[in-house]
Amino acid sequence: MTDAKKVLATFQVNGEPHEVAFAPHKTLLEVLREEMNLTGTKHGCELGECGACTVQIDGTPILSCLSLAVDAVGRDVRTVEGLAQGHELTPLQHCMADLGAAQCGYCTPGVLMTAEALLRDNKSPTRDDIKQALAGNLCRCTGYLKIFEAVELAAARMRGETAEPSKESIHGS
Amino acid sequence: MVLDDPTTRPAQAKTESPWQHDKKKEDMQWIGKPIRKVDARSKVSGLQRFADDLSMPRMLHMKLLRSTHAHAEIVSIDVSKAAALPGVKGILTGKDLPIPFGILPVSQDEHALCPDRVRFVGDPVVAIAATEEEIAWEACRLVDVQYRELQTIGGVHEAAATMEPRLHDYGVRGNIHRLENLEFGDLAAGFAKADHVREDTFFFEGNTHLPMEQHASLAHFDKDGKLTIWSSTQTPHYLHRALARVLHPLPAHHIRVVATPNGGGFGGKSDPFNHEVAAAKMAMLTGRPIKVALTREEVFHCHRGRHPVLMRSKVGVTKTGRILSMDFQAYLDGGAYGSYGTASTFYTGALQTVTYPVENYHFRGARFFTCKAPCGPKRGHGTVQPRFAVEVQLDKIACDLGIDPAQLRLQNLAPRESLTANFLRIGSMGLGTCIQKVVDGSGWKTRRGKKEVTKDGRIRGLGLACSSYLSGAGLPIYWNGLPHSGVQLKLDRSGLVTAFCGSTDIGQGSDSVLGWIVGEVLGIDPLGIKVVTGDTDLTPVDLGSYSSRVTLMTGNAAMQAAERARELISKGVSEKLGVPASRLVFADSRVFDAENPKQGMTFQDAVICTEARFGTIGTVGSYTPPASAAKFRGGGVGPSPSYSYSAAIVEVEVDPETGIYRVPKVWMAHDIGRALNAAVAMGQIEGSVYMGLGEAMMEESAYRDRTHKGNRVFLHKIPSMLEYKSPSVFEMPEVVTYVVEDHDKNGPFGAKEVGQGPLLPMMPAIANAVFDAVGVRVDENPISFEKVFAALQAKKEGKEPRYGPSTGADGVPVVDFGDSLKIKTPWQGGDGTAWNEPKREKKAAK
Amino acid sequence: MLRLPTFTYHRPKTAAEAVAIHKAHGKAAMFVAGGTDLYPNMKRRHQTPTEVISLQDVPGLHSVDVLPDGRVAIGAMVKLSVLEHHPTLKQHYAAFAHAVREISTPLLRNMGTIGGNLLLDTRCTYYDQSHEWRESIDFCMKTGGAICWVAPGSPRCWAVQSSDTVPLVCAMEAQVELVGTSGTRTIAAGELYRDDGIQYLTKQPEELLTRLILPAPRGWKASYLKLRRRDTYDFPVLGVGACVWTDAAGVVTKANIRLGGAGSYAIAATDSEKLLVGKQLTDELIAAAGAAAQKPARTMDNTDLDVYWRRKVAPVYVARALAACK
Repeated sequence: MTDAKKVLATFQVNGEPHEVAFAPHKTLLEVLREEMNLTGTKHGCELGECGACTVQIDGTPILSCLSLAVDAVGRDVRTVEGLAQGHELTPLQHCMADLGAAQCGYCTPGVLMTAEALLRDNKSPTRDDIKQALAGNLCRCTGYLKIFEAVELAAARMRGETAEPSKESIHGS
Repeated sequence: MVLDDPTTRPAQAKTESPWQHDKKKEDMQWIGKPIRKVDARSKVSGLQRFADDLSMPRMLHMKLLRSTHAHAEIVSIDVSKAAALPGVKGILTGKDLPIPFGILPVSQDEHALCPDRVRFVGDPVVAIAATEEEIAWEACRLVDVQYRELQTIGGVHEAAATMEPRLHDYGVRGNIHRLENLEFGDLAAGFAKADHVREDTFFFEGNTHLPMEQHASLAHFDKDGKLTIWSSTQTPHYLHRALARVLHPLPAHHIRVVATPNGGGFGGKSDPFNHEVAAAKMAMLTGRPIKVALTREEVFHCHRGRHPVLMRSKVGVTKTGRILSMDFQAYLDGGAYGSYGTASTFYTGALQTVTYPVENYHFRGARFFTCKAPCGPKRGHGTVQPRFAVEVQLDKIACDLGIDPAQLRLQNLAPRESLTANFLRIGSMGLGTCIQKVVDGSGWKTRRGKKEVTKDGRIRGLGLACSSYLSGAGLPIYWNGLPHSGVQLKLDRSGLVTAFCGSTDIGQGSDSVLGWIVGEVLGIDPLGIKVVTGDTDLTPVDLGSYSSRVTLMTGNAAMQAAERARELISKGVSEKLGVPASRLVFADSRVFDAENPKQGMTFQDAVICTEARFGTIGTVGSYTPPASAAKFRGGGVGPSPSYSYSAAIVEVEVDPETGIYRVPKVWMAHDIGRALNAAVAMGQIEGSVYMGLGEAMMEESAYRDRTHKGNRVFLHKIPSMLEYKSPSVFEMPEVVTYVVEDHDKNGPFGAKEVGQGPLLPMMPAIANAVFDAVGVRVDENPISFEKVFAALQAKKEGKEPRYGPSTGADGVPVVDFGDSLKIKTPWQGGDGTAWNEPKREKKAAK
Repeated sequence: MLRLPTFTYHRPKTAAEAVAIHKAHGKAAMFVAGGTDLYPNMKRRHQTPTEVISLQDVPGLHSVDVLPDGRVAIGAMVKLSVLEHHPTLKQHYAAFAHAVREISTPLLRNMGTIGGNLLLDTRCTYYDQSHEWRESIDFCMKTGGAICWVAPGSPRCWAVQSSDTVPLVCAMEAQVELVGTSGTRTIAAGELYRDDGIQYLTKQPEELLTRLILPAPRGWKASYLKLRRRDTYDFPVLGVGACVWTDAAGVVTKANIRLGGAGSYAIAATDSEKLLVGKQLTDELIAAAGAAAQKPARTMDNTDLDVYWRRKVAPVYVARALAACK
């Protein structure tokens, strides 16, 4: 029941202040989606079991379904909507789009927020590093392979290399 | 399912040109290239709006109160306390929605809210709308439903043995929903001639789709008396039909269904669902927009996933492994409602014949009603379970005969351009190439049977299996003589081409298929084409995203519409350019003379020129599959314009001490006719490998069955993302993919199905690989660690090294199938009719 | 969407204040650290505190400190992802860092704390279900009902100890520091737990776990081996924590083996331990010690994977955990 008294707070989301009134038992997921209309952040279980709701707080990917919104006040919250600069996608977004790493696209925001944090900390992640990082993001469409390849490709391009996807990953062996 | 008489069907839609299936790759600008999907940018930007991302002013939130009993009569429902809760704005019970519905015309057995009886834990009883979702949930807790418990029916054996109570008052008898008994050729003669006969019993446990997106809908009834529902559905047209039926007297043309992008479907969003119907009704009741967003647990209640199927297969073969007779029995645990179950039952018998010829074939299938969430279509619909049985059994036969399992299959391939024993028409057939690719790639010939030991003491094994799948069902869900897919193109003076189609993108890229095909035919950038899909107000009917039908059927309709547009534009500009229409080329967003490319104009100018001459430009295309050769009752399930083929070799590493195994590598070859988009086709194949891996290793719709003090508790054991196990990044193997392109004349540019077929060989290939590694058979899917361990224990104790259902008489339920329908095979001179079938009245097409 | 019930949220600034708030509200209050255990439970309505006391602002709980005597003290609020990457822990307490890394997923470890993991609620597939699911079977004794669905004749609850770190820190003879109304006390980690699915902790509800203290890294070797379906997400259905002390000659002077995921607390495999003491850790001895661990593995049918199989592979896992202590 939501007879709880609302609090008014200002969130810093994707570099912009959002002033929102919300009940203190609301999760960050609920406040992002329902109060700020930032519906790019998804939900698949609301119990911390799927990773679809991943956002970054102070650069760390976390599960917004298990975070209280009040605890995010005064912190730097980043969602999938904050990745692209204007119309320009990030290298990772480009690579995900090019490789078809987003099939239905529902796990994609969570995957992007997790992988983006990895690429910030690790310029040359191995396949195993990528798996370790994405071990909390379920995907039912891709079998993860195109996601791994997109992260690898994006890492190479972010290092300034002129990398292209392998022939095998696009056309098969 | 109306299994109609194909002789009354209209011929295949005529087209202005062949399907261009032989066109060379290098002659095409877009087809086969790894260009982005039309919605790729929005998908990676968080901008794609799924159903639960939508909201409207004054929107209410609806929750469903669901049954807490597996089978019970509803004695009374008291909603007074709920109605008094502040914020509650509307309450519906079964009496508000008395008209039943269901996906198939022959099983209209569902109600949005159960009027008098609940049939599984999770069956909805009351719907409540409130200003906030929490209030609606809280209000549901205040409803007092009194039940009188009825006997629970838990599985196929129980259902077969229970005449009363019946879960439904229709069906064959007792709790048997469907019985099918089809006999092609002379079984006895085939077995008599056989050099080797073996009989095996298999069980395939049910599993579910687990789409990442939980089903959601937003319904709005506007002041003009028109209803709109945005919903995560794969089949907006069928939902539209169901709503028109249930909301009577609201006319069908006052109902608009908009399919939102599906956050994964896999077949799980193909039925009209109770929450959709209830939301629509609630919107009409309250006059306010209604949002319903299911919890993960409720998605498990919606289910419609893989049927648990118990199978017994007796096969007689020659020394070389040619199948002379196959006698196949399938017992399907259908759950509480019909859903697609009639089709599912036929599908468990339909495609056994399209990979390797079966000279004489007998199929018996029985579907039962039980007190579980209803089963239905999941990726590979109905054909997955028998494929597991067939491919494991063939592996055993190869072993018995001392033939390499790959060789056995290669020397017994179904011929291309042929009819099977059950009158399915095979077109292009690349299974041989598929097998060769994976055999060569994996080092099969040198590595199989070597029992290599890994550093951590695991034993390696390789297993092979093959499969085939439809490129769309030959018949629609309900009997009609109309096209299966329609596409409209609008071309306007801005140069914009808009493609309208009722198809629904569930992540497989069907929106993009429209763009690629229209772009290729008109020589314009597919990403510049606007695609409008899945909206019953705006788009022509397409039957939906199921049975791998969209690429072929929508693709053909799109091609026809685009070819008509090209023809019109050619006429429109020919005079102005002074070039005969037949010499005009459409490429690079230009229309020009093939002999003098400089002589031409931009595509936009060509559209303007044509519009000036002929007026507003719009073209249409439609597609109806070819008539089936099967004319017997039941022959409507199985025919398809073309069949895809797949072969898989899987490597496993088994820990002999625990039965725990991992799958480090898979070689998968898939004959898809032609890849319309290389990267997207790869993604579909890899996704199939993933989902098959999950089904093989861990996924199961397990039920808790406990009795305490006389009360039986029967409900889904693990309805959560955490406990319904699906593979993580760590279980996914390395996949070597081979895209085989055996162009099929029925497909657009020769394309066939991609995305369901490669799921099928994964489970049997893993079972076969486990056998190769440690010499035990697991005849039951999932092939979980415990079962491998149990089989290893049996082996150690000198018993049969096998885990699986009982092979004895008690292994399958006792069911009287009655007399079989007897059909002469093509090689017996059969004409596709059953010689002992009673004459049926022809049903008139609507 | 599953949502939290309403509650009053407290963010006390000192441990004493936290304890006082809890004491004042009694059973209506619960502490929250990372929230990854409590909030799912609250969403499923099997824990419904009306007063939630966050420990994030309590000083002194957020660091990893090497004590003068070589022991390492870990603040209860230190995130699991910090621990798994902590250089000191990776170097001197590799088994502990490994056990932490085995917990759930990286996203969850970015939120979950060591204190929360040590106090993780016991789990059961009849308990970790939604309100609606539990209503359908009639609520079990852990959620206010009368029955234990795993063992309907049982007077007690059989929910399962499911923390990855608990069997290991118990085997290592680590200590935990508790702050209560009457001050601070330090007890052996093993003394924190009881063999009961409901009352699985010995501490007072308002007592605050402030630090985990690992023994100085000398004279022993430890390991943790986890059995589960997938290599991420899943809780242990068997978690073997082993710690072996040897003398200069390589003779075992003491051995602790604790089985997690096999009962309501981390069960000691005492027969196996006895076999080891006074002997060298040979392959034969390890196999024998493993075989002796079947009896204490009291697996019940309330987790993932088959109950009998879990019991049968327990010896294999114990042997492999011991082999890693060589």
